[in-house]
Amino acid sequence: MNIVVLMKQVPDLVEELEVDAGGTLLDRAWLRFITSEYDDHALEQALLLKEQHGGTVRVLALDMGEADEMLFTALAKGADSAVKLSGDFATGIDSHSAAGIYRHALEGASFDLILTGVQAIDDLDGPAGAMLATHLGLPYIGVVSGIDVDTANGEAHVRKEYPGGLLAEFTVDLPAVIGIQAAMQPPRYVPISRIRQTMKTASIDETAAQGERIAGAISVERMYKPERAGSATMLEGSADSIAERLLDILTEHGIGR
Amino acid sequence: MHANILVIAEHLKGRLSGIVFEMLGKAHALATETGGGVEVLLMGHGVRALAEELGLASRVLLCDHPALAAYTPQACLDVAEQVIARRAPDLVLIASSSMGLDIAAPLSVRLGVPHVSSCRDLRITAGRAIVTSQMYGGKMLVESHLDLRGAIVSVLPGAFPEDAGRIAREAVIEALPVEGLDAPHMRFTRLIEQSGTDIDITQTPVLIAVGRGIQNRENIAMVEELAAIAQGAVCASRPVVDQGWLPMTRQIGRSGMIVKPKLYMALGISGAPEHVEGMKDAELIVAVNTDAQAPIFGIAHYGVVADIADVVPALTEALRNAHAPA
Ligand SMILES: Cc1cc2nc3c(=O)[nH]c(=O)nc-3n(C[C@H](O)[C@H](O)[C@H](O)COP(=O)(O)OP(=O)(O)OC[C@H]3O[C@@H](n4cnc5c(N)ncnc54)[C@H](O)[C@@H]3O)c2cc1C
Repeated sequence: MNIVVLMKQVPDLVEELEVDAGGTLLDRAWLRFITSEYDDHALEQALLLKEQHGGTVRVLALDMGEADEMLFTALAKGADSAVKLSGDFATGIDSHSAAGIYRHALEGASFDLILTGVQAIDDLDGPAGAMLATHLGLPYIGVVSGIDVDTANGEAHVRKEYPGGLLAEFTVDLPAVIGIQAAMQPPRYVPISRIRQTMKTASIDETAAQGERIAGAISVERMYKPERAGSATMLEGSADSIAERLLDILTEHGIGR
Repeated sequence: MHANILVIAEHLKGRLSGIVFEMLGKAHALATETGGGVEVLLMGHGVRALAEELGLASRVLLCDHPALAAYTPQACLDVAEQVIARRAPDLVLIASSSMGLDIAAPLSVRLGVPHVSSCRDLRITAGRAIVTSQMYGGKMLVESHLDLRGAIVSVLPGAFPEDAGRIAREAVIEALPVEGLDAPHMRFTRLIEQSGTDIDITQTPVLIAVGRGIQNRENIAMVEELAAIAQGAVCASRPVVDQGWLPMTRQIGRSGMIVKPKLYMALGISGAPEHVEGMKDAELIVAVNTDAQAPIFGIAHYGVVADIADVVPALTEALRNAHAPA
């Protein structure tokens, strides 16, 4: 079972986001980066499958944000190799172009599965994994929160989430690309000390990102913060006075009696 | 220039999703404005009755095939590609949903046209589509302009009024031939319902919802206490469920439950569009969040900028006192 995981860095939403002077991009001066949540789940799912079936996990990432830290963390968690695709990503990159780069990096490579997050918070033109599948001529299913692999038959049984708590199960021929919504276990934790240790003993392969820009990307005319619709009445004061106000509001609505 | 718009329909368990009517209503308004028409692509097997519901469209393109009986990404992608290539619409609308997410971006690659996701507003001005998308968990709006040459737009559920698309009018239905679905690399096997012994939160009038701001599993206990005294139930955003702190039956949002309770109290939930999809129609929304900029305050009726750990015990206490015999 050889698995490729595509991971990327995205702005941390815990920090305040600001628009830069050009008005179409985030102001990079204030950005902090973290690993896209669903890519973390994709890595976890890959590690779980490796534990079950053996094989290797190879992580690919574009050189954005804290890519080194993310890749070393992946190695510390149990990935076998990590590849950093370097290039000029100072202002980020659209998913169409990212998919083109991944395609170039993976052409001719042998693998059974490509796992990646179903979507990232900055995927304006859609998820790169779905587009990569199209480039490679492989089947793609996204919004997946469970995978069982049947190595004997070269297929995977995946469970895709629908609204209302429904799951749809599909059988997919391998190799395939799967957009992960959630791993079958919460992503594992690895202590900083282990990551530091990994930095000393393991290394990241670095290659230049190649691949032409692909038609289908879009250009942003304007980025701006939503106005707070102004609908909410804000309650202020001490916790107790807020609680009293809330109690009145609930009572008015006939709640909690 | 008139805009001809193609809407891709989706359905589950014999029902069209609400977003289909949202897109149809919007497409109809835009097409009417520009003197164009709207076609809806409906893929399925034995779904003519659903086509009848789409009378507002100029034409319903019905692709009926046993391989389309259940939604399967590969089959839908193949059929949608063929139909779009043949009809050459100026603009294509797809739901930003579990199903739509699988096919919108691949279609854009196959057809060599742009794709914009997470649309919550759409206009046509001077021959271009102007799309406003909700990005970064709802913390930024992004406006992009697209030529009307087949661009694909993924529309967030809740972006447009559903009623506008539900017009009782006789549908014009054209059956299209379906070809080339013989060698599938994926097969639908079954639908799994989350049945179980848990309560049904879609039937619970008072919901106290916790998000990542709850910080750990232990803190859920104080929220359980509040819910008990308010005669409600605890539910959650996705990260809380992904951590295993609450079961999936308690998740609200795109991939969880859609609820319309009398009260929805959002504690430490930022208000990402995928969450809001599941609770925006609650009668009364109260949000508690330490971040005054959190998008949840954009849809809440009442907001409190504070720590859950301060507000929840105080409210529990206030409710308890109110209940105590005088
Ligand atoms: C395909 C897809 C489907 C999805 N489906 C769903 C779904 O069904 N349901 C869903 O919920 N999400 C869904 N998501 C995820 C969604 O995009 C968001 O990531 C998620 O809703 C965020 O959850 P949250 O608000 O709890 O966490 P965050 O966005 O991290 O927000 C936490 C909030 O807590 C606040 N906070 C922190 N500490 C405190 C404190 N002590 N007191 C008060 N406030 C505090 C912070 O200010 C912040 O606003 C989906 C995503 C994708 C890609």
